[in-house]
Amino acid sequence: MSLTAPSTRPDRPSLRRRLVRLAERATTPLLPADYLDLFDPLRPGADLRGRIVEVHPETADAATIVIRPGADWAGHVPGQYVRIGVDVDGIRQWRAYSLTHGPRPDGNISITVKAVPGGLVSTHLVRESRPGTLVHLEQAQGEFVLPTDGGKFLFVTAGSGVTPVIGMLRNLFPVADGGVVRLARATAYDIVVVHVAPSEPDSIFIANLRALDDAGLIRLVARYDDEHGVLDVADLETLVPDLHERATLACGPGGLLDALQAHHDARGLDLLTEQFRVTTLVVGEGGTVDFTGSGSGSVTTVDADGATPILDAAEAAGVLMPSGCRMGICFGCVLPLKEGAVRDLRTGAVTTATPGETEGSGVPIQTCISAAAGPCVIDH
Amino acid sequence: MTVLQKKAHNPIGHLTPEDIEQLGVELDAIRQSVIDTRGADDAAYIRKVIDAQRKLELGSRAILLISMFPPAWVVGTAGLAVAKIIENMEIGHNVMHGQWDWMRDPKIHSTTWEWDNASPSEQWKHSHNELHHTYTNVIGKDNDLGYGIMRVDEDQRWVPFYTAQPLWNFVNACFFEYGIAAYDLELGKNLATKERRNNPEFRARAKVTLKKIRNQVTKDYVIHPLLSGPSFLNTIAANATANLVRNIWTHSVIMCGHFPEGVETFERKSIVGETRGEWYLRQMLGSANISGSKAMHFMTGNLSFQIEHHLFPDLPSNRYQEIAPQVQALFAKYGLTYTTGSLPRQVASAWKKVIRLSLPNDFGRKARAKVLPLLPVTPRSEAGSRAAA
Repeated sequence: MSLTAPSTRPDRPSLRRRLVRLAERATTPLLPADYLDLFDPLRPGADLRGRIVEVHPETADAATIVIRPGADWAGHVPGQYVRIGVDVDGIRQWRAYSLTHGPRPDGNISITVKAVPGGLVSTHLVRESRPGTLVHLEQAQGEFVLPTDGGKFLFVTAGSGVTPVIGMLRNLFPVADGGVVRLARATAYDIVVVHVAPSEPDSIFIANLRALDDAGLIRLVARYDDEHGVLDVADLETLVPDLHERATLACGPGGLLDALQAHHDARGLDLLTEQFRVTTLVVGEGGTVDFTGSGSGSVTTVDADGATPILDAAEAAGVLMPSGCRMGICFGCVLPLKEGAVRDLRTGAVTTATPGETEGSGVPIQTCISAAAGPCVIDH
Repeated sequence: MTVLQKKAHNPIGHLTPEDIEQLGVELDAIRQSVIDTRGADDAAYIRKVIDAQRKLELGSRAILLISMFPPAWVVGTAGLAVAKIIENMEIGHNVMHGQWDWMRDPKIHSTTWEWDNASPSEQWKHSHNELHHTYTNVIGKDNDLGYGIMRVDEDQRWVPFYTAQPLWNFVNACFFEYGIAAYDLELGKNLATKERRNNPEFRARAKVTLKKIRNQVTKDYVIHPLLSGPSFLNTIAANATANLVRNIWTHSVIMCGHFPEGVETFERKSIVGETRGEWYLRQMLGSANISGSKAMHFMTGNLSFQIEHHLFPDLPSNRYQEIAPQVQALFAKYGLTYTTGSLPRQVASAWKKVIRLSLPNDFGRKARAKVLPLLPVTPRSEAGSRAAA
């Protein structure tokens, strides 16, 4: 009788695994990756990053940023967006931007950013970003993609909401030096674009849309607030007579999308929407603080006023909190803010976290000197 | 020194409560001026330091692969010692203080950083950031005053164990990283009784520390020597030397922070209900700087600006030098003494105190008094006589 059945023998670690373990023992307390990142931050196995290779202006206040993604970039479908982390004034900021090209032969990805007045990241990207800069990436996400089997569609885009649509259209109708390339797969699509913007020169990509319209590949209905007045969704049936035959894909601010949803629901029409900024942050004095135990699924809600440190309010309510000096110097009380706004009681500075924009793990805040400045969600 | 509250001449006696609060306001303004201008240049600075430190460490360890050749041994050991010092001081200590948390870079953050030192960062942050920085120089509260193995203040009670404290201090300097690990575990207190020894919380922490030490020792004394092949023993010697140099250097710098003459200590009850202004004042009087070149400041992790660091422990270390003149001007304005001196002077001053306080406060007087009557040795002076022997 054999006593060495293969199934009972412990698996011997592979040579690769053993080499990795050796490298880890040689670099502890750091990881081998911390040293490899010094030389090749875009290598396979590294945290996902990208390097800006090109910045070219689209309008006076918008630019397309071409990025070479790291080796582990898994690709994307036109219409998806990417979360990108850039350092602005030394501080890592994460934002979501639509990918404005389909997959490109050179493997690069691109985002088109409009500098929003007061927009920290968008202004930085349009005005300050330079080729060679390293940025942080997450894999492409988003359900806002064009069905692959063709059909009749209406795109309703407002302002920079045009960007995911441009990604889809560029993928469908690539523009080469000699003009628009007519791909066989594009013939299965019948597309109308209703594009809304405050005024004509502010429209990014308007030239692309017009070129496609001139070539007869799409029908463009451009509506400018200063020229035509603010779009009333009820007018869509006039602007697009065969509206009921089309599936609508809309991207823009919440107000427009809500109106469209009501309009389409009332008529039983298909609608797919995409909104970048999901919630508007209200920065007030005090608020409820939700402590969401990661994994446990339990939520503890604490009422905190605008003058009491979250640490004190939470402890008074019986939450077990990490704490240290309780005066803002030791960082023993830091917890990640997932959502909401807090005010630094020493300086009055407000720190905010927005789901979808803030990095996955949240913004670390010192609970001993931070008061709630609106409803907050803290991971603890 | 004697706690400030018992001194014949109180160095803060001339300040009214309003003065002290105004001092706090002015220090807050200095702090705010740094926060307002903190930005891309500072971020670039720490990234550059980390980048250079890692390359220096890699390069030195690569050279040590052929450490059987004496020039390679010397260059590699020197490089590794410098890399370890930078890693512990300008990078590790300061990152773990949260000085760079504002960058929101998870790789350079107080909550994620682990340093090249025997003590796990989690435990060091508790004993250093929370206890030492909050209770700076308060007798009975701040264990950094002698680390529990020495008496560095007249108001700390003398016990015979302190007689040999110059030796303890020297041993601690040579094995400083293990001294810190034992200190962060509060080993003296926690090994004292069976109940404390068996406390699950202590055992869990001790396990974490032992694992960290095992990893550190395996790296320096097994893996890298093995990778060096025929240079095995030379690399062990090189790594031991680099660790020794790092230990003695960091110990010396840290001794200069609170032990030299001129630094004040405080009574436990003096901090009850302490205001922000009073806390600032205690930090100002409880710390001492080291004067010297830019390179010296860098190699101390800017702890040569100990006063500025204690006032603003979470401001980026590269900015301490810039605000030092403003802080010094406030000392002058409020009639306070800004304690500073060269590295050799401050190290000598700290050692002098360690040696002097190894004997009881009244040892000199008592010894003379005993000599005259030629009486038999009393139990009370027995310890003192032993110390003299």
